[in-house]
Amino acid sequence: MTQYLIRRLLIAIPSLLGISVVLFTVLALAPGDPFEELATNPAIPPEVRANLRASLGIDDPIWQRYFSWLFAMLRGEWGYSFVSRINVDQLILQRLPVTLVVIGASQVVALAIALPVGVYAATRPYSVFDQIANTLAFVGFSLPTFFTGLLFILLFSIYLDWLPFVYRTELSETGWRWWWEQLRQSIMPVMVLGLFQGAAWTRFVRSAVLDVIRLDHVTTARAKGLPESRVTLRHVVRNALIPVVTLVALQMPIVFGGAIVTEQIFRVPGVGSLLISAILANDTPVIMAVTFVFAGLVIFFNLLADILYGWLDPRISYR
Amino acid sequence: MAGSIPASATASPAAPRKRVTPWQEAWRRFRKHRLAVVSAVILALLILAVLIGPLIWAVPIDEIDFTARLQGPSWEHPLGTDDLGQDILARVLYGGRISLAVGFAAMAVAVVVGTFVGAVAGMAGGRLDAALMWLTDLFLSLPELPLLLLIIYLFRDALTGIVGPEMGVFILIVTVIGGFRWMPVARLVRAQFFSLREKEFVEAARALGASRPRLVLRHILPNALGPVIVAATIDVAAAIIAESTLSFLGLGFPPDIPTWGRILFDAKDNLDFAPHWAIFPGLAIFLTVLSINFVGDGLRDALDPRRVK
Repeated sequence: MTQYLIRRLLIAIPSLLGISVVLFTVLALAPGDPFEELATNPAIPPEVRANLRASLGIDDPIWQRYFSWLFAMLRGEWGYSFVSRINVDQLILQRLPVTLVVIGASQVVALAIALPVGVYAATRPYSVFDQIANTLAFVGFSLPTFFTGLLFILLFSIYLDWLPFVYRTELSETGWRWWWEQLRQSIMPVMVLGLFQGAAWTRFVRSAVLDVIRLDHVTTARAKGLPESRVTLRHVVRNALIPVVTLVALQMPIVFGGAIVTEQIFRVPGVGSLLISAILANDTPVIMAVTFVFAGLVIFFNLLADILYGWLDPRISYR
Repeated sequence: MAGSIPASATASPAAPRKRVTPWQEAWRRFRKHRLAVVSAVILALLILAVLIGPLIWAVPIDEIDFTARLQGPSWEHPLGTDDLGQDILARVLYGGRISLAVGFAAMAVAVVVGTFVGAVAGMAGGRLDAALMWLTDLFLSLPELPLLLLIIYLFRDALTGIVGPEMGVFILIVTVIGGFRWMPVARLVRAQFFSLREKEFVEAARALGASRPRLVLRHILPNALGPVIVAATIDVAAAIIAESTLSFLGLGFPPDIPTWGRILFDAKDNLDFAPHWAIFPGLAIFLTVLSINFVGDGLRDALDPRRVK
């Protein structure tokens, strides 16, 4: 298992490097010169400008600039935000926990929906329950997160007035009251993301379980006289989860996209809303760093999926 | 057998049949999926509505009327008006043209790129295949939305300077969305190529002296098309959602072009007193995406050769 882990980690490094190359290329190809303003300023003599460019390495060949950028990123020198005048890494660290909590909670919700519904539907294919679940799943992932978010606000905040629709970072309440308010304001963003993911996963789980349930080892387990619940849980679900884990890991980029949208709708002060406000304010260092953080998170979750994969299917870690 | 259960719960099994062509056969199987047929009709109606709707409902999309601000649905304005008194039906119909055009164009980009990469990888094998698949996996782990936002932020001004604001953003959005969605198609095509190129009929064609391009274009590709068509259908829905998301974040088309996402973006701050403004364009997106997804599901039952019953 350790060997497998190390191998997976080593595979993740080229992916991260690849992503950094893609990001840097996008930035390098982008039109516009950071020195445009200086170039048109008559107060600055051309030789000063040339010296400044040389000292910042702007005229270096592109690969050289890539490596100096990469090493600066690795050393943690992410630059500072043009707008809020603090270091980008601090800004992101402030925002990251909220995003991770919202995403994490929504994934738990999605799993809590997808696993039981998917397994139950697959054990009774073409039953009424299966058909209803399937149709609802289609409806669920055809509803874009921004529309569900607005519908939730309309229903629960405006008509019923049960939940607040603006997320507050500084809650004045303390103790139990604080937890209660926190729950009330988090429930809509979490549910919007969770329901969307849950709908997609229900279909994954269902088709994976359907593939496993007809295999010989399941028939054997039944023939041994094991109760149906044990057959389903121990012999079917664990094996069915193997392809599901891969599909879930592939969905991570979509999850982060959904997180950006929900944070924007409910004004959750996370990394996603930081990205949008940075784009609207032309705050390039923040935009670059946030995109890189998202890419890093996707790689991290892929790694996590690989580890889970190794645990679910021990054959893989011995290969 | 594991493959004997169709993936979709809403399809019913087929009856015994006489000899028919593959397309007739596919159509027959597609018809069995009732929701898919209903969805195909709804989708056709939606496409028809956005194509000829603006000709029939000839209200200008930018006619400002301050006497009719934020009105609910009425005979004069079937879907109500927005904060400038502009007719929402006209705007939704016009926006639908853009949203659907982006969806289909981005799908075309994704399918062309994906088929090309998959076909090259599947025919070449070896090192080239490994490199292309590494690239595919790399693209699969890129965070799509942040990169979309980044690229549009960086390139929008330059491109709109060359071809004008509408065309520039259209080309940019279509290329970028398509450029982030080709990977599943590439994987599908590669897998199909791997199995098809070893089949006897390909061997026979090769023995008869068919050139490599002819082998690919005439013999292998047509047989690999089924799953690609299914993936392409789903891609249209995904591209429509992606474009609407960009516009919803205020970073898609310029404000004077009312795409569905853009109307929602404008409507979201007036939810409490003009809910109709957000609900109708939202429903349009939902209905389009849902019917495309169901059609895709029906096509999967109809075209996937592994599901022959």
